Amino acid sequence: MPYTADKPGSTPDPEALRARIPGWGSDLDPADRPAFPREQPGIETGAHWELPPQQSGAAGRERSVEHERVTPVFGTAQPLHGVSGAIRRFAYDRFSEGQTAHWLLLVAGDRVDAMTAHAASLFSKRPDDPITESGVTGEVAHRPIASRVGRGRIDLKHSWMDPILVVGPWVVAAVLGVKLVRAVFLPASKRGK
Amino acid sequence: MKAMTYRGPYKIRVEEKPDPKIEHPNDAIVRVELAAICGSDLHLYHGMLPDTRVGHTFGHEFIGRVEQVGSSVQNLKVGDRVMVPFNIFCGSCFFCARGLFSNCHNVNANATAVGGIYGYSHTAGGYDGGQAELVRVPFADVGPAVIPDGVDPEDALLLTDAFSTGYFGAQLADIVEGDTAVVFGAGPIGLAAARSAWLMGAGRVIVVDYLDYRLRKAEEFAYAETINFGQVNDIVRELKKQTGGLGADVVIEAVGAEADGHVLQHVTSAKLKLQGGSPIALNWAIDSVRKGGTISVMGAYGPLFSAVKFGDAMNKGVTMRMNQAPVKRQWPRLLEHIAAGHITPSDMVTHRIPLEHIAEGYHIFSSKLDDIIKPVITVA
Repeated sequence: MPYTADKPGSTPDPEALRARIPGWGSDLDPADRPAFPREQPGIETGAHWELPPQQSGAAGRERSVEHERVTPVFGTAQPLHGVSGAIRRFAYDRFSEGQTAHWLLLVAGDRVDAMTAHAASLFSKRPDDPITESGVTGEVAHRPIASRVGRGRIDLKHSWMDPILVVGPWVVAAVLGVKLVRAVFLPASKRGK
Repeated sequence: MKAMTYRGPYKIRVEEKPDPKIEHPNDAIVRVELAAICGSDLHLYHGMLPDTRVGHTFGHEFIGRVEQVGSSVQNLKVGDRVMVPFNIFCGSCFFCARGLFSNCHNVNANATAVGGIYGYSHTAGGYDGGQAELVRVPFADVGPAVIPDGVDPEDALLLTDAFSTGYFGAQLADIVEGDTAVVFGAGPIGLAAARSAWLMGAGRVIVVDYLDYRLRKAEEFAYAETINFGQVNDIVRELKKQTGGLGADVVIEAVGAEADGHVLQHVTSAKLKLQGGSPIALNWAIDSVRKGGTISVMGAYGPLFSAVKFGDAMNKGVTMRMNQAPVKRQWPRLLEHIAAGHITPSDMVTHRIPLEHIAEGYHIFSSKLDDIIKPVITVA
């Protein structure tokens, strides 16, 4: 096709579109688009303060070093604790958001958090249960085969990895646990048998 | 109270947690009636977002009744039925004063690059979310709004993020009459963006996905043409063919961090977490938009780097626009569209799941079983 100044193809008929699609063109005028322009000074927000009062408990709370202070309001959902907390605090105290180390340390903290929580749960009234917590029981009555087979789902090329990601860490932890117990309680002469 | 809690990647359960408390004079406590699982919740569920702590309660789409208010709350009272935007924002900082509610600088101590979001890790502020019986709602005079009489509760729920974000995405694309709009992703955001593109006067809307049932929904819900990229050799070439060789005027990327279609990109990001997100849809958007065209990015990505084809974007003179949606700004106009019968956001709801069974809900949604598109969590 030769390229000309015209847009290729036929121009859609606005009346036909209006008849086929409810509301077609009702926001054609940018004035009817609430996100236009994107920055709109003076929007009434409901705020009745210039600076919100400070939420208590800010002292010692982790913050991005790019902030000059802990924000007036902050989340208190899961305070830092334990080894994962130490890793995360190091990430916050030492590295800005612009440094990859900040995020990689936070990811490491997440994995340590999950591992220690799983281990601690074994000594609690409610140990982690990878079967119910993975929700795999939802396969029942939700067409597990018909949803996947014969429908050209390209994600099946890699979804076989998911069970490994879910169960794998448990297997690795069990193997390491057995090795640790053997190392501690079995004499060196009997190990490996 | 009962709440969904994160136990590590791919593992969640319902636990008894202490009830949330008023921690700031402008807080409210909301008793949740309906919540939803968002596609972006799956990024958390899969362990992709840094600083997602064990015990965290997800859920940034919810409606409910005000149970308690702080001493400075003026605009809400106990018993009000409210819809709560997924953004937590103060209404008074440099960014809020300009309408950039999703970029509030006063609510997220953990990061400056993202505002506050309910139940979306400590990187988004460390607030527990609404997949629970009760939730703390900061800045109650600024964020929540009373649900108008006559509005269907599920329509209101869908305005707290999914539909509002899709509508915002269509606006960022700067559509002019007759434009050809391509939407990558036929999940809730993509469906809403495709439906909204018509409101802006698009001449053609083409939705791209690989799930046949979602493409059927795009045809019914969004009146869109569809392409299954799993059934064409090269989606970029196909889109060029469909647009006379030039490419689409605008492309809306509504896929985000777990995009599929290239095994290496997907595995290095979604499975191995070596990228902030899989940029497959983003790269397809860059390659399939016309020169001088506009890309609107609504897909959510993590803060780490991703392998984006930026050279092509530069050489083509592409305008890329993006943000977390300031959803409350969208509500007055969207409520008008609902009242006029132009849109019915709740038509995209496919599953209603009790909170007690939320782990199964996440698995079904993550594994895309049972033709799931939008799962709603019934709490009350």
